[in-house]
Amino acid sequence: MEELGLLMQGFAVVMEPQNLLLMLVGIALGVLIGVLPGLGGANGIAILLPLTFAMPPVSAIIMLSCIYWGALFGGAITSILFNIPGEPWSVATTFDGYPMAQQGKAAEALTAAFTSSFVGAFIAIVMITFIAPVIAGFALRFGPPEFFAVMFLSFASFIGMSKGPALKTLSAMMLGFLLAAVGMDTVTGQLRMTFGSTEMIRGFDFLVAVIGLFGISEILCSIEDGLRFKGERAKIDARVVLKVWASLPKHWWLALRSSLIGCWMGITPAGATPASFMSYGVARRMSKHGASFGKGRIEGVIAPETAAHAAGTSALLPMLTLGVPGSPTAAVLLGGLIMWGLQPGPMLFVEQKDFVWGLIASMYLGNVVGLIVVLVAVPWFAAILRVPFSIIAAIILVVCAIGAFTVSNAEFDITLMLIFGVVGYVLKKLDYPLAPLVLALVLGDRTEEAFRQSLLISQGSLRVFFSNWLVSSIMAMGFALLLWPVVSWVVERINAHRSGTGAVVPREA
Amino acid sequence: MSAGRGLRMSMVEAGTALAFALAGTAAIGDSLRIGTGWGADGPQSGTFPFWIGVILVAASAGTLLQAVRARAESGLFASWGQLRLVASVLVPTALYVAAIPFTGIYLASAALVAWFMHRLGGFGWARSMAAGLGVAVTCFLVFEVWFLVQLPKGPLESLLGY
Amino acid sequence: MPPAGCFRRSLLIGAGAAALVSPAIAQKGWEPTRPVQFIVPAGTGGGADQMARVIQGIVSKHKLMRQPMVVVNKAGGAGAEGFLEAKGARGNPHMIVITLSNLFTTPMATGVPFNWQDLTPVAMLALDEFVLWVNAESPWKTAAEFIAAAKQERLKLGGTGSKQEDQIIAVAIGKATGAQLTYVPYRGGGEVAVQLVGKHVDASVNNPIEAVTHWRSGALRPLCVFDSQRLANTEKMTETMAWSDIPTAKETGLDVEYLMLRGIFMPAGVQPAQVAFYEGLLEKVRETPDWRELMQQGAFNSTSMTGDAFRAWLTKEEARHRTLMQEAGFLA
Repeated sequence: MEELGLLMQGFAVVMEPQNLLLMLVGIALGVLIGVLPGLGGANGIAILLPLTFAMPPVSAIIMLSCIYWGALFGGAITSILFNIPGEPWSVATTFDGYPMAQQGKAAEALTAAFTSSFVGAFIAIVMITFIAPVIAGFALRFGPPEFFAVMFLSFASFIGMSKGPALKTLSAMMLGFLLAAVGMDTVTGQLRMTFGSTEMIRGFDFLVAVIGLFGISEILCSIEDGLRFKGERAKIDARVVLKVWASLPKHWWLALRSSLIGCWMGITPAGATPASFMSYGVARRMSKHGASFGKGRIEGVIAPETAAHAAGTSALLPMLTLGVPGSPTAAVLLGGLIMWGLQPGPMLFVEQKDFVWGLIASMYLGNVVGLIVVLVAVPWFAAILRVPFSIIAAIILVVCAIGAFTVSNAEFDITLMLIFGVVGYVLKKLDYPLAPLVLALVLGDRTEEAFRQSLLISQGSLRVFFSNWLVSSIMAMGFALLLWPVVSWVVERINAHRSGTGAVVPREA
Repeated sequence: MSAGRGLRMSMVEAGTALAFALAGTAAIGDSLRIGTGWGADGPQSGTFPFWIGVILVAASAGTLLQAVRARAESGLFASWGQLRLVASVLVPTALYVAAIPFTGIYLASAALVAWFMHRLGGFGWARSMAAGLGVAVTCFLVFEVWFLVQLPKGPLESLLGY
Repeated sequence: MPPAGCFRRSLLIGAGAAALVSPAIAQKGWEPTRPVQFIVPAGTGGGADQMARVIQGIVSKHKLMRQPMVVVNKAGGAGAEGFLEAKGARGNPHMIVITLSNLFTTPMATGVPFNWQDLTPVAMLALDEFVLWVNAESPWKTAAEFIAAAKQERLKLGGTGSKQEDQIIAVAIGKATGAQLTYVPYRGGGEVAVQLVGKHVDASVNNPIEAVTHWRSGALRPLCVFDSQRLANTEKMTETMAWSDIPTAKETGLDVEYLMLRGIFMPAGVQPAQVAFYEGLLEKVRETPDWRELMQQGAFNSTSMTGDAFRAWLTKEEARHRTLMQEAGFLA
């Protein structure tokens, strides 16, 4: 196979000592960037980009893509330990990862997260290596209607499984949509709901809201029960890693399915964040133990992490082959390519073989190195929870403030973060579910945009969402998922009736 | 009436529902300004926010109704003691956020860390101050010097030439 | 801006003024005494951001300045946020702003209280070209054929953002010829080019750098360039064509011209010596091979201007944008 030969050449480039060193530096920087909320992959890489300007392109991209892997790994750490998603795509990881940490299983959760990240990335890279051109062609079929259909599917896979009271779930979700709509309407360029304030023009950034809603509010909630974190008595043992590994193979189908969801979302390109939500939603739907998701199930960590990493990796494919970034971070890398005199797009694979295969080889190696680095560090990460609350809480607050500021360099965002923290505290205590709010906030404006772009194209006809087999089948899947709870409820009723008892067992939902 | 003293659940519940309704109303108001119709090429800018606002108001009205109905048997949102603990974190944090525009983030962070350690952790002033300073200097080195990220700075950093 | 911000800035200005009076520095001309903030009124990864980071990279690689240069993205409200920040930083010599056409269009379209005269113009770095692209499998070989088709049935033209340069061009084409074009806004130029390759829209007015790779791979076809003269680059990009082979819009009978400013500004109220420093710095940047490579790659119009010529150009362009935006009905 031609690809294998080229890949071997790529490995030869990557294995140069200087490049290996850059790889380690990149991973370490990436984990640091991923841990600091706000200074996420996109911002972090943009900041470090000029440093690589003087390096040869292959070395530069190796370092930058390793920062990217590091950030993908690192995002999970704070989600699990402190309920603060370091990156948008690790929000779904908090749903089960943080409860695990509270039960003293932080090391297990971290190991599962890192390992499944690796698995997701690995599957995506194998796919990139062998069927890149086919897949790149597929991405071309995605216009606004298809994009809307994918967003619809993300919502559908998540809706209907919320545990909160129906009215409160609805309120939370609508609030998310409203917050997403504040600022400039991208379709008409009109300012909405800014009420004349220049601070509101920016809109509400997802990360600022999430740092407040999840992170700050968690500190407020945990302090009610005294000045400490719940997970502090966690037993930390290097053998935990092996124990978790032994339990992972039985989740192979979950991992494979999550990787596929991730790859698909990365290529379309919808990105890692919706991929992680969708994967979590589907995992919960398909699981026999769906009801115990959100209370610290390891599957709830595996699913989003695998999908996020698979999506993050495969998002590089449309960037390389089409010049369209699959994620904000990929957008910055794209700028980097242009700076080094490489023109991303269909000609890159033809004209810059060394570069492309060097990059792909570095993906393999970078992920292996990354996995080793973060796994070795698991006990130390988990040990952070043993630092006294009075110290760690203040440091978390400082890091959150810095994170909120760096998202868009605005002091006002720090204030917003605190407000969101109080709001999150109140909503949590009142049993408003936060996940629908966050989902709506992160996907709301993209969904609306795709919907309206589609209607611009179709001159206002809704039939555009069923105009070809691709968009129709995605929409149909969405509706099927949306109606699933209703159908399964009806089926259950009928079964209960047939079995002769006549009584319906009340479901805990 | 349930036992214990503190903030009643039903009051917070009602207050939150009202706040939600207020947000919805604001959205409706602003959307009417920019048009909520279905133009020739699909919905106008205000269409989605308008309907979202309407649903939000309706949903919060429902929640409010439930809260009012259930007020007799509602328990405590939090006891005064718990709220005092929350305030012990929230008030310094609010002061911290308010101070950032004046002092810059580094000085304020040093003070916050020192205060938390001394007040909540019972550490001595010397150790607390040292830790606060350590955190601030580390952040400064990481962001201003290595990553070249500019964070809010105040008169002190200005004197130092940053 | 809360009053707190002003308080901090006045201190900054105080320190800057102190540095100015210091005789040793005054003799050698002014030099930055602290890190220079480089404001980008656009998101990370876009054209302006790329250019800013190239400049930052060149400055650090060739050690053109003793203090570091720090890129800060302020993208909110189509760049309004970044411009307002610069407007509020009156007298701060450690801040520069890179602008694109949103320097004119954003305040006009949104009513945000800002005008280019709230800033000090430093230099025009280059002008970005616009090319009319169609899918290579479409039947239209010339701009005239495309326009004729758009008169028959409504065609879709994809572009970046709303009420900004791409949409202005779309409206201008419609006004000049009577062609019926539906403008579909997307988030970025790269996305627009791919949408055109995937045939989700019929045409685009991408900048050369956004679409060049698809042109070379044979997926897109350029019809005309919206400049008064042809592009300078004569190197063959495809088997048959170089940038210079693309006819101008005027040659094909389409009377529309549009170029986008890539310029550098400082806040208002700065000293002439401070402006002179940045003029000199940018001059050095333009002389580096790295910069020339970027200009070559992106087929930029590398016209540059400073001082009064630049001001005169800005005044003229602002008036032109006002007319264009008014005709299109985009004024807030």
